[in-house]
Formats: sequence, structure tokens, C-alpha cells
Amino acid sequence: MFGTLSLLTLQQYWWFLVSLIGAFFVFITFVQGGQTLLYAIAKDDKQRNMLVASLGRKWELSFTSLVLFGGALFAAFPLFYAVSFGGAYYVWMAILFCFILQAVSYEYRVKPNNFLGKRTYEAFLYINGSVGIILIGIALGTLFTGGNFMRNSMNFSAWTLPSYGLEGALNPFNVAFGLSLFFLARVQAALYFINNIEDVHIIARAKQQLFKDALLFVGFFILLVVMLLVMNGFTYHMGVVFPESHKFLNNFLATPLLIVTFLSGTLLVLYAIFSTLFKGSRCGIWFSGFGVILVVTSLLCLLGFNATPIYPSLSDLASSLTIENSSSSHYTLSVMSYVSLGVPFVLGYIYFVWRAMDKTKMTSAEIEADSHHY
Amino acid sequence: MDHTLLVELSRAQFALTALYHWLFVPLTLGLSFIIAIMESIYVKTKNPEWKKLTKFWMALFAINFAIGLATGIILEFEFGTNWSNYSWIVGDLFGAPLAIEGIMAFFLESTFFAVMFFGWEKVSPKMHLFSTWLVAIGSNLSALWILVANGWMQHPVGMEFNLERARFEMKSFADVLFNPNAVSKFLHTIGSGYVMGSLFVVGVSSWFLLKNRHTLFAKRSIIVGASFGFLASIFLLVTGDESAHQIAQSQPTKLAAMEGLYDGKHRAGIVAIGQLNTNKKIGDTQDEFIWSIEIPYALSFLGFHNINAFVPGIDDLVLGNTTLGIEPAQSKLDKGKQALEALRTYKEAQQMNNVPTQEEALALFRTNESYLGYGYLDKPEKIIPPVALTFYSFHIMVGLGSWFLALFFFVLYFSMIGKIGSKKLLLYAGLFSIPLGYIAGEAGWIVAEVGRQPWAIQGMLPVGMASSHIDEVSVMITLGLFAIIFTALLIAEVKIMLKQITIGPEEA
Repeated sequence: MFGTLSLLTLQQYWWFLVSLIGAFFVFITFVQGGQTLLYAIAKDDKQRNMLVASLGRKWELSFTSLVLFGGALFAAFPLFYAVSFGGAYYVWMAILFCFILQAVSYEYRVKPNNFLGKRTYEAFLYINGSVGIILIGIALGTLFTGGNFMRNSMNFSAWTLPSYGLEGALNPFNVAFGLSLFFLARVQAALYFINNIEDVHIIARAKQQLFKDALLFVGFFILLVVMLLVMNGFTYHMGVVFPESHKFLNNFLATPLLIVTFLSGTLLVLYAIFSTLFKGSRCGIWFSGFGVILVVTSLLCLLGFNATPIYPSLSDLASSLTIENSSSSHYTLSVMSYVSLGVPFVLGYIYFVWRAMDKTKMTSAEIEADSHHY
Repeated sequence: MDHTLLVELSRAQFALTALYHWLFVPLTLGLSFIIAIMESIYVKTKNPEWKKLTKFWMALFAINFAIGLATGIILEFEFGTNWSNYSWIVGDLFGAPLAIEGIMAFFLESTFFAVMFFGWEKVSPKMHLFSTWLVAIGSNLSALWILVANGWMQHPVGMEFNLERARFEMKSFADVLFNPNAVSKFLHTIGSGYVMGSLFVVGVSSWFLLKNRHTLFAKRSIIVGASFGFLASIFLLVTGDESAHQIAQSQPTKLAAMEGLYDGKHRAGIVAIGQLNTNKKIGDTQDEFIWSIEIPYALSFLGFHNINAFVPGIDDLVLGNTTLGIEPAQSKLDKGKQALEALRTYKEAQQMNNVPTQEEALALFRTNESYLGYGYLDKPEKIIPPVALTFYSFHIMVGLGSWFLALFFFVLYFSMIGKIGSKKLLLYAGLFSIPLGYIAGEAGWIVAEVGRQPWAIQGMLPVGMASSHIDEVSVMITLGLFAIIFTALLIAEVKIMLKQITIGPEEA
């Protein structure tokens, strides 16, 4: 089946899948967003424990999605993996440090004799949810704005600036991307808490917080979209990369489906916020989750299609990466495409388990009765 | 540019991460099955004591699992950050198992982990048990895929070099998946995890028995731990034999280093214990050992399943052995350089659009392709890994593995006849064998990875060509930070674990 598809079709299929996995990860970052709200929403330790316990049942999913995002990039676009990770070294390393901190914090936070103390683990969770997410946003932003790398005829690559990727934090578009993700994660966290926890105080404060974060998110997101539509990008023809003005606006216009998914996703997120704040809905997370997946998938699909480089080089345009020059072979992409057929099954059991675990909302009594609470 | 320091620092960083990772993974692999067995007994007997038992070990499992995840994600990304040339050259083969690991194993583990810990009151007992088994299966599936990737590095199969793109490409997924080296590596590695999990259960239970606390709980646990450990030790012995057999076929330099064998011989014996002569040089006439005790014929048998077989030594592999048709390393280096030169010519001719030169270069490349990696080495003796580290690590691993088999046997025997509680010496031995299990596991990985040097991919890509082009200071900084963070988290993990054990099953 997949073996008969053209190489370009497989490359596009895999860019779409990578975009989808990236989008799923962004949806799950409500876990990270929640980690930054532990003190804003909970007023005492008991409430904080509830928030942590609620997030603690989902945190592995955010970790696993990030690993899969990396793994899928490695398998499908190994040159991108090599160039970006080996070049923007400090950015990726900083992201990794933020995620090491997350992994242990849930389990160790309230355990007796935990060496670093509860507040330290809570600080770790905050760092992961703030620095970690903003840096991931900056790293994703560089897919649109480019990186400072060169590669030779053997495809060995090197970064041309000693800041190894940190310079990406000086680009306003990348920063807007990072901050949009950060506030989106907090918006979704508030929606998740409202959906998941049965506690009037927590719900009331989550709503107040949602209002503030939603305003900031909308502000940064509008800024991001405006910059995206007016910025100049790059295109390629017969392997030669050259600049194109308003590249991403052109890509939107060339692919109406992307406009539809982007706009409907945005509307779903806005609806989720609106219905939670003004109509008392507690199901906002499902609307916003679906919306986020549509928006982020369509944003990442602006790259990879319509002859757009997935990673332009600011140092040497000819070194820029496209889905065509950075992908795995036809054979590997076909094999991996068969494996990808397992993804709906995975999503199916995640949904099943989520429903089974969350069919009754979390209460303080439940946390107190649980000997293994976080 | 001499980038030896960069490569050494990158290796140090990867080794540090891998060694820390391996402090946590074996317990996850082994304990997950032991917990699943305990919970199965609970669901079958409905005896709440077994539920308490399950929950106690599960709590310890979770403490360990979290930090295993943290170190694991770093390893995956370090392929890109520190080994970017490697990631490009073999990404077509190596990335696939990693991605499959994510899709097939990680989601299974992480999704059902939540049910296993928080779902006692939310799903039916059978569904809960099913989730516990899925976590165990997910952990082991994850080991399968990463070891398929590692096995391929030890014995690359199923690929062809693509000159246009200057990289290896996959030609047969089945060859990569069923690579005999990968299969034996997977089985041996999960076996070591089962032994480690069992040692942990036996050791902690021994402590309870020595302290005369929770004795019924400890006796129940110790019998499950020792039974599982005894079976796992036999499994480890069998798969170890198969691993050595595979190494003899595909990595003769590693086998020679494991045994400190310089002068190859027919009917070669295994040095059971010995002290290496550190002044010994390749090709000289000095003895390899200052003293040693040898088991006759055993190495020939282990490596080739034939007591008369010839086992090549370091001298044969470096200097060659014309009688037995072993090619000198220098000849391999020369052919490798020809392959590299042909590759360069091919790329230049491609740019000039000179088709005849391209075809000529391609033919020359294909003739010498299998020596490609040797072209990057400057001296023949570079093909030999560090002998002392490989030799001693191997012997520590085997010695401890044999000890664990004996330990499980005696613990099981005295548990069955109901006298384990009075065997103080054996209980102390059980307790102090926990750290020995970690030492054996780490030693095993040192044999596998140090013994593979100088190769990132055996015969194809030396580590010197695999690293990223970054400056040494950056790697020094991250290496230092990793060392601090991992150590701090390890201290936290051990302190929490000890506290939880002291609290005991009642409050767990």
C-alpha cells in the first residue's frame, strides 16, 4: 500500500504526522500550564495536592508525546534531527533539563525524606511549565524564521554562531510563539481543572485565572498570526532555495483547507474560553483541545507543503532543509507508514483510559483516601 | 582539526547518561513483572494481604520509574545533540526503532501507569490487573526496540550505503528486527532486568526478616522474588552464552578484549579469574597475565560451539594471520581509505556532472564498501578496544551472575522448607547483593559499549566521525550540569526509597 506511493507523498504524509504529534503535544501541555498555576489557583496545601494529583494522572502523556515527536522527527527527517539538535545545542539542552526536572517532581514532591524539599519540586514544576514551554515555542518558531547552520556535501552540519541556538530568543516572532504557547498552556490548564476537579473554590479561582491568561494568550496569538502573515519566507524549486515575500500568507491562500482548519480550530479554542467563562460550561477542555490540535497542525503544515523549507538556513540559504532533502529513504518511510497505522489504536486506548479514570470528578476525599497520591 | 577532546567529552556525557539510566531501568523491567505476578495472585485468591504486598512494591516501582523516564528522554535526544553526524549517517535505520518504541511502548506504559497507580477504585480488579500487565509488557517492548537499535550498532545488517546522500539506508526491516545480535542482546538485557528486580525484592525482604518486621509479608515476597530470580538467572546464563556466540561471529575484537587474548589459539580456554599484565603490547612475547586460572576449551566452545575452534587474539586481528586467512588491520585501513577516496571522487564528479568518473568511483566504492569505517582510523591498533576495562567488566559481570544464581537457589530452597527466617547469613547475603546487582548490570553495559570501541557502528563508523560539530566548552558545561542534576536526583531517589522501605507495607 504505502510502498507504491511516491517519495514526495510519503514525505508529505510524514510531515503531516509529525505536525499532528507536535499538535497533540501542544494540547497535552495543559499539564505544564497547570504546573505554573499551583500557587495562583490553590490557596492551601490541600488544594495544591488536588491540582498536582489531577495533573499527575496525565503528566506522562506530555512526556511521551515529546519523546514521540523527537522519535518521529528522527525516523522521518533525520537530517533535521541532526542539524537542529546538534546545532541549536543550548536550546535543546535547556529544554531537556526542564523535562528532567518534571519527571521526578510529581513522584517525589510529597514523599517523606525527599532530600530537596517540597517547594523545590514545586519550583521544578514551575520551571518546566514556563521556561520549558517558552523554549519549545522558540524552537518551533525557528522552523519558520530559520537557524544559523551550514552543511557540506556529505551533509555534515555545523552551527555558525557560538550561542548555539539561543540567538533564536532574540527574534520577536519566536518569542511570540513561545509566549503564545505558554499562555495557551495556562488557559488549557484552567479549563482542565474546571473539568476534572469537584471543588467550588478551585473552580472559581480557575475561572478568574482563565480570564487573565485568555486575554494574554489572545494578545500574543494575534501578534503571532499578524507577524506570520506579513513575514517573508522562503521557497524552493529544483532544490534551489530562494526568498519569497509573504510566503505563509501565500501558503494559506494556496491551500484553503489550511484556512478552514486554522480558523475552525481558533474558533473552538475561543468558544471553549467563552462558554467556560460566561455559560458555566465545564467541558471547555475538549473543545479547546480539539481546537489546539487543528490550529497547531495547520500551522506546522504551512511548512513542509507548497515548496516551503522546514528549516531555512540564515547562514547559507543553500543549506536550508526541506522535507525532500532531509527525509529518510522511500523504504524506511514506507515501513514507518505501516507502523503509523497503530496511532489511531493508541489514541483509542488513551481516550478509553482517560474516560475510565475521569468518569467521576476528583474530590478532596478521594485524594485523602489514596495512599499513593502525588 | 583535532577534535579528540570533543569526542571524549561527548562519549563521557553519553556514558554518564546511560549509566545513570541503567540504574533505574532494570528495576523497572523486573519489578513490573513481579508486581504483576503478585497482583495476579491477589485477583485469584482475593486475599487482601496480596493487595497490600502489590501496593508496597508498586510504590517503590513508581519512585524508580520516574527517574528512569527522565534519564531515558535525555538519551534519545543526545543522539541528535551530541552525535549529529551519526544521526544523519544512520538515521534512516536508527530512527525507525526509536519512533516505533514511542508509538508501541511508551504510550502503553504511560497510559496504563496511571490506571495501575490511581485506578484501584476506578476500574474493575480484572481491568486493573490487565493494566499492570500492560505496563510490564510496555516496559519490555520499549527495551526490545531500543535494543534492536543497539544490536544494529553492534552488528549492522539490512542496509546499503547511498553515495548520493552520503548515508546508510535501510534495505530490509526484517533483517534489522531479527538481527541475531539484537535478539540475543534483547533477551540477555531483559534477563538482567528480571534478575535485578528479583534481587531487589529478595534483598528488601531479607532486611525485613533480619529486622523481624512484617515477616509474613517478607516471606511471601521473598518466595516470589527468589522463584522469579532463579528462573531469570538460568535464562540469563543461556542468553549470555548466545550473546558471547554472537560476539565471536561479529565482534572478534570485543571477544579478544573480554578475555585478554592476544595470541589466538585453537581449543582456547576461558580465564575464570586473573590479573592482566599491563605492560603487554601487541605483537610482543610477554605473557598476557601475571596470574590466571583457566577453564580449558571453554572459550572455543563459548564462541563457536566447538572445542577445537580457533579463537583469534588481538595480535591476529591487528597483525593478521596468513595461515588462518585473517586479514591484517592495515590492509582493512587501506581499503577503507580507498572507499573514502572513491566517495569523495564520486561527489566531485557528481557536481561536475562527469558520469564516467562517477561510475568508476562507484565501482571502486562498492568493492571496498565493507571497510568504509576503517578508512577513518589512522593506526591498525586503533581497532582494539581498551582491554583492561573490557576484561575486568566482563569478569565481574559473569562472576556476579553466577553468584546470583546460587543465591536465588539457596533462598528459594530455605523458603520452601520454611527455614529462611533463621538463615541470617543468607539473608545478609541477600541484602548486600542489591548493590552487586547494579554493579553487574553496569559492568555488562561497559563490556557491550567500551568493548565496541572505536566504533559507533561496528566496522562502519568510528565514534570520532559520529559526533556533532560543537565546541568542547559547551559539552563540558552540559556534562557538568548533567552530573550535578543526576546525582542530586539519585540521592533523592535513594533517600525516598529507603524511607518508604522503612515505613513498610502497612502504610505504603
